Amino acid sequence: MGQQSSRWGNLPDVQIPLVDYLVLGDEPHLQANECANCGARFFGRRNACAHCGHREFNPVRVSDTGTLRTFSIVYRAAPTIPTPYVSAIVVTDDGTSVRSNLINIEPDPSKISLGMKVKLDTYVVGTDDDGQEAVAFGYAPV
Amino acid sequence: MAQDVWVLGTHMTAFGRYPDQDAVDLATNAALGALDDGGVAISDMDILACGTLFQANAGMGQQVQKQIGQTGIPVYNVSNACATGATALRTVIMAIRAGEADLGLAIGVEQMGKMGLLAGGARKEKNVYEPSGRYGAVMPIDGILGTDTMPGVFAQAGMEYANDNDGVGFEQFAKVAQKNHAHSTLNPLAQYQKEFSLEEIMGSPMQSYPNTLLMCCPTGDGAAACVLVGEERFATLSREQQSRAVKISASVLTTDPYVESGAMQPDVNTLTRNAAQAAYEQSGVAPGDLSLVELHDCFATAELIHYDNLGLCEPGGAGDFIDRGAPWRDGETPVNVSGGLISKGHPIGATGVANVYEVATHLRGEAGDRQIEGANVGLAHVIGLGSSCGVHILEKSGIS
Ligand SMILES: [Zn+2]
Repeated sequence: MGQQSSRWGNLPDVQIPLVDYLVLGDEPHLQANECANCGARFFGRRNACAHCGHREFNPVRVSDTGTLRTFSIVYRAAPTIPTPYVSAIVVTDDGTSVRSNLINIEPDPSKISLGMKVKLDTYVVGTDDDGQEAVAFGYAPV
Repeated sequence: MAQDVWVLGTHMTAFGRYPDQDAVDLATNAALGALDDGGVAISDMDILACGTLFQANAGMGQQVQKQIGQTGIPVYNVSNACATGATALRTVIMAIRAGEADLGLAIGVEQMGKMGLLAGGARKEKNVYEPSGRYGAVMPIDGILGTDTMPGVFAQAGMEYANDNDGVGFEQFAKVAQKNHAHSTLNPLAQYQKEFSLEEIMGSPMQSYPNTLLMCCPTGDGAAACVLVGEERFATLSREQQSRAVKISASVLTTDPYVESGAMQPDVNTLTRNAAQAAYEQSGVAPGDLSLVELHDCFATAELIHYDNLGLCEPGGAGDFIDRGAPWRDGETPVNVSGGLISKGHPIGATGVANVYEVATHLRGEAGDRQIEGANVGLAHVIGLGSSCGVHILEKSGIS
């Protein structure tokens, strides 16, 4: 967990991942569905492979580290989203593209360099009425 | 061999805001204008295709018929993101090529008013988190896991090009907007007709770095229409009709093929490259032959990467292309002399027909103050996220 880790610790019932391809626990990481035929990787529920049409997938752990492929500093967003934030596409060291925000970095183009090394980190993004915390992920500079 | 198809008549409304007219009024004005321009009547039409995105389930084509003539012909209402207008056009072209129609009417229309930011949906407050949807998300991910906003998505597409190619940055993207705003001052149909300095453009409010407000297209209202005719019927038309007609040398629609990163960041490049390549092959036209290009500059970052995707510049050379002034109206290949989406406006369903109107008007030598002298071949490009890309190549009639 990142520095914004929950005061509850990692109790299983009080934290839920923002998306189901984020696996929480001692080593939070992303899990992709990998096509059993061509190796194309996808996040989320799949019916068949967009690359080859094959219908079987295997879950694979995605590398936590990668490089910044592209970004934008977004100033206009839905009212509940703090701005500006840094939207990014990261290519992990095992070649998987992931969309997320850059975190722990100033939203200043002079501070962000294309190709920079980044690492997965998690933080609490919200709490529901039952006290359940939603955990999101982002990438921080290494 | 399918027969050639020609643009016989075309018309567009000025783009802007029409609080006192509805989309049916706008589409009707464009349709009647195109029929009059072509010297034909609704009773001559064998098919009608009508494109609108935000009123896709409104039966817009039939509503237009109720205003201009219920002749019982087939109507195809189409919706295909920002390629909606091009899809309407292509629907009629395919019908004529298939031999099912001699004459047809394609309309694109949109009434957006002041919609504001085109983004992912607003977040709903949930009391209890429960995973839902294909990603098992407990809340909307836009703004948490990257951006769904259009200025942001296209900013990232531009920055990806900057990552791969030298000499591309904020200033090159801003120069695109500087050019299009300057071009718009000659186009009375443009929503905005105001010139801005590079400093004003780079200093206007940042929307999604590197796209500032003056580097983003506005929302707006408008419509455009084309009357199309097949070769056989074309041969029976008057000399004046034939000389003003514009030949459609290529008509292509593509979608985005699989690429590794496509599910994370929409790939606006590959489908544009594929469409351009197919269009150049169909027409026998090379990029260097083009007198003018109207391409899909929804954001300044988008226009720059399409210089490369459409083969207008050397591979990787889009930064130098804008730096040396090549896409200005007096440059090597004038791009968006209408002002482009950034200044002319982008009523989504209308855009893919309005681009063809613009190119055709230059090929006819009827573009007034903004006329590109001696224009004889032009290209119109649109892309809608999702994604679809339409490319049409048009040529001057050659009959006098
Ligand atoms: Zn596959």
